[in-house]
Formats: sequence, C-alpha cells, structure tokens
Amino acid sequence: MKGILGRKLGMTQVFDEDGAVIPVTVIEAGPCVVLQKKQVSTDGYDAIQLGFADKKPNRATKPEQGHAKKANTAPKRYVRELRGVNVDEYEVGQQLGPDVFAPGEFVDVIGTSKGKGYAGPIKRHNQARGPMSHGSKYHRGVGSLGSIAPNRVFKGQTMAGRMGGERCTVQNLQVVRVDTERNLLLIKGSVPGPRNSFVTVRAAKKRTK
Amino acid sequence: MNILREVTRDQLRTDIPDFRPGDTVRVHVKVREGQRERIQVFEGVVIRRRGGGISETYTVRKISYGVGVERTFPLHSPKVEKIEVVRRGKVRRAKLYYLRGLSGKAARIKEIR
Repeated sequence: MKGILGRKLGMTQVFDEDGAVIPVTVIEAGPCVVLQKKQVSTDGYDAIQLGFADKKPNRATKPEQGHAKKANTAPKRYVRELRGVNVDEYEVGQQLGPDVFAPGEFVDVIGTSKGKGYAGPIKRHNQARGPMSHGSKYHRGVGSLGSIAPNRVFKGQTMAGRMGGERCTVQNLQVVRVDTERNLLLIKGSVPGPRNSFVTVRAAKKRTK
Repeated sequence: MNILREVTRDQLRTDIPDFRPGDTVRVHVKVREGQRERIQVFEGVVIRRRGGGISETYTVRKISYGVGVERTFPLHSPKVEKIEVVRRGKVRRAKLYYLRGLSGKAARIKEIR
C-alpha cells in the first residue's frame, strides 16, 4: 500500500497518444510529510501518519506544534494515517511527492462528498417518482414506511434528510500523468468533493495490476 | 483554475486558422486502419463553436448523398492533421442550427468578399 494526501484542484481533459479525450481530475498531491510511524510494538498496528498543507502557527494547538516539531515541520491542516504500509521504508520527516505513483497505476481516492443539504428520498435514496398529473396526489414524497403491524417505523427506513458531506471513496481510478515539478497528479474520472477540498489518494485495494 | 490551464497548455495547438460559424472548412482527419494511417477530408459548413481552452469544439455539417452529416471535433485534437478555410460565410448567428431545417438553395450562406 502506498498513498499520498492532496487537494482537488478541478477537472479538465487531456488527449492520449491516440488522440482520444480523457476526462481528468487534477490533484495537487504533496509535498506530504511523514509525521509519525506507528508500529505493532508500540501502537498495535502498522501505519504512517502523513500531513499535508501547512497550518498557520497561531491556529495550531501546542500538542499539534510539538507533534509536528518531532518531524521537523510546521503543523498540518490535513493529517491522515495510511495503514498496510511497510513502515521500515519511511522515515519521520520524510517528504513525499506525487511520484509515489506512476502513470497507468490504479488508485482509490477518498474525500468528503459535496453537501446536498436536506434532500428528498428521490435524490437521496434513488426512489422512484409518482405520477405528476392525472389526479395523482403522490409526487416526490416518501412512499410506504412499511407494515403497520409493528406499530412503529423500523430503523434504517429510507427517508428525506441531510445528504452529502460525508466520507466517500471512489475506487480503481487510473493515474494518467504525474507532474513532479508542480506536484500534480492527473487522475482519470471524477473524485469526491468540491474544488480545493482535501483528498487521500492510495493504491487501489481491489485491483492488482 | 490557472493550474488547470497550465496543465493542458502543452497540448493546445497553435496552428489553427481563424474560422467562425458560417465558414466552410476542410478538416483533414487522420484515420487509423490497422497499422496504416491515412487522411480523410471532411468538408462542410461550421455550424457551431463552443467551449474554451482545451475543451473547445466545433461542429461541421455537410450534405452527403442527400443526407445531412454533422461531425464535432475537439479544436485541439491531435487527430486532425490540419484545418483549411475554404470560404468565409456571412451569418448573423453564432449557432447555425437553422441550417438543419433547410436544404438546397435555401441552405446557402453568402460569402464575405
């Protein structure tokens, strides 16, 4: 497992060598700093803790400042752990760039999806709409809430409510281009979240190639 | 947004002639047949240009054996060998969709002299 933290910059398109158009998401990937190494002996599991994007010093708590100081860096805004790595390959304070990935590799991208606000069951749970006319009074509302026999509504019943703004993973996206000069990753397809949101890019878990 | 432009800048073509909707163009398209590559020419009237930057496209319409055929090309596509402007047309719209409803003499466009 390898990975990197970054910021989604937006989408555009590029031409491949055959002249076909590929839609890509541009991700500012790194420079990331290894803030901490977690090991089975001390923490019970193997992981590296990565940090991305400097925080203003006056916004960091003292524990955060001390933690970053151990890696000889500034406190970070986006800190995530990466499990399943070979910890020995990394040093605390080491810098990572987009070159951890090569073009053609497959990755999973984890981010926070765009908030949709209070959304109805059609948008939120892909329910079907009722007839809008011909005397119908059932348009876009929630349908049956289940049997009346239990005298209550079961947990997990799909209804309207807050949608989006939650952790979301998109799997098996292909890396199209790696730009080490500008610290950019070009990934085929779309990734969760609005522009300028933080994302984690890691090697694809379910695709071995 | 600027970085998005920078990323695609090296793929933008600089050899594209100035043409607008209403112009008649010859588009030389590279066609791959197995290993061989040849050039196919698509000649017709530009009925629209849309988008900007690397995603800009144009649509060319021609009448082929009595059937209207439209092809949309990305402006910066490396598959296009070259674009020749054959004729400059005088039109008063940016999108010439009305040509689809016209045929024969009515579908002519005046030339700019």
